[in-house]
Amino acid sequence: MEAGVRPLPKMNYVAPSSLKEALHLLKKYKGKARVLAGGTDLIPKLKKRMIKAEVVIDLNRIPGLSGIRMQKDGLHIGALTRLAEIKESRLVREKAPVLFQAIGVMASPPIRNRGTLAGNLCTASPAADTAPPLLVLNASVRLQNTDGKRVVPLSEFFRGPQDTVRRADEMLTEVIVPVQKGRSAFLKLGRRKAFTLSVVSVAAFARVRGGKFEDLRLALGAVAPTPIRSRKVEEALQGKEANEENIARAAELVKEEVKPIGDVRASEEYRREMSSVFTRRVLAQVNGRGYNESAI
Amino acid sequence: MKVQFKLNGRAVTEEVEPYETLLDFLRERLQVISVKKGCDEGDCGACTILLNGKPVRSCLLLAVQMREKDEVTTVEGLSKPGERSVIQEAFLEKYGFQCGFCTPGMILTTKALLDAKPKPTVEEIKDQFEGNLCRCTGYQQIIESVLRAAELKAGRS
Repeated sequence: MEAGVRPLPKMNYVAPSSLKEALHLLKKYKGKARVLAGGTDLIPKLKKRMIKAEVVIDLNRIPGLSGIRMQKDGLHIGALTRLAEIKESRLVREKAPVLFQAIGVMASPPIRNRGTLAGNLCTASPAADTAPPLLVLNASVRLQNTDGKRVVPLSEFFRGPQDTVRRADEMLTEVIVPVQKGRSAFLKLGRRKAFTLSVVSVAAFARVRGGKFEDLRLALGAVAPTPIRSRKVEEALQGKEANEENIARAAELVKEEVKPIGDVRASEEYRREMSSVFTRRVLAQVNGRGYNESAI
Repeated sequence: MKVQFKLNGRAVTEEVEPYETLLDFLRERLQVISVKKGCDEGDCGACTILLNGKPVRSCLLLAVQMREKDEVTTVEGLSKPGERSVIQEAFLEKYGFQCGFCTPGMILTTKALLDAKPKPTVEEIKDQFEGNLCRCTGYQQIIESVLRAAELKAGRS
């Protein structure tokens, strides 16, 4: 059972005007502070007493933390970029359409007007819908503290439900998405069509050359303690003929890799079964009918 | 802490607690009671306001987050007292509400949609209203109200 919603607890509020100031505040307060970006997850959790904060550090007054830029190593999406901005970005639609696709079926427009990409990742819900697309695109995240920065591949970022490798004094400042030629697609199964959390979400990226899978990546959400890459399926198809039979056989393997829970949204068995069904569907899409990264 | 912003075109300057939501601040301190408190956790859409023209949840914002240049719009800001905007006319004409609790959020969401897309399709309306729940109407009348509001708006401009 979820805890009930109550008025916010007493807490202090600071709104730094530079990244440097924000990082110093994070260091000063360590685990006692929470960073406020979109607030779409933080505020309800504070109201339900699911998390605590003595201080809220509001990032919304720091200039330069949001925006989408194309650089040599790929698309750089600033931490404070709203999900709605990413969905509306031409650059994202052209260079990372699978991310555009996933955000289109996330939450609701008013939530997307505030919620941020960095927030979706740092919250580290196993069902975070931006994670599978970013995992198949080999994205990485930039973490920064007062001592410096480090870049962590997203595949090494998640540790468990609501847990990442980000340290208490670090802030996720940017997501880096390499641009690559190939097809990608995202599918989500919820309990209804709109405004719903994923029961299973899948993303795939593939490059087919000469009728064979030259490069293939598959990721799933909501079926393990973290969003995951499915290495077994990837290995089974690497270099293989890109046909329905191979896809169907490989999609069975995903059942061995997922570790779903049963909850109010779906049973463990259903999630495992649907992981395989949606893997087959998403792979069929990237083998011909998916978004073409370079052509859209 | 001091907060300053524009509410329906008028400057607001007040002292707030850092843990006061914009929703509670609007309703309880400024008596802007068109903004409704439903779930208080971002799901229902009854507390929708327009922040710089975009629909957002006032229950997920702290009042202290508002800045001097921020424009907050509620239903009170859509027309002069005693008058109705075309959107309100359309909701009346098409029975776009029963109990009325979700209506202010629905009306503001309509405004944001029509400002961006003067002639929305039914699909676009459904997409835009994903986060506004109504337990009375079954949504059909709301969709008709939005379509009617688009017609009325086009006729007047």
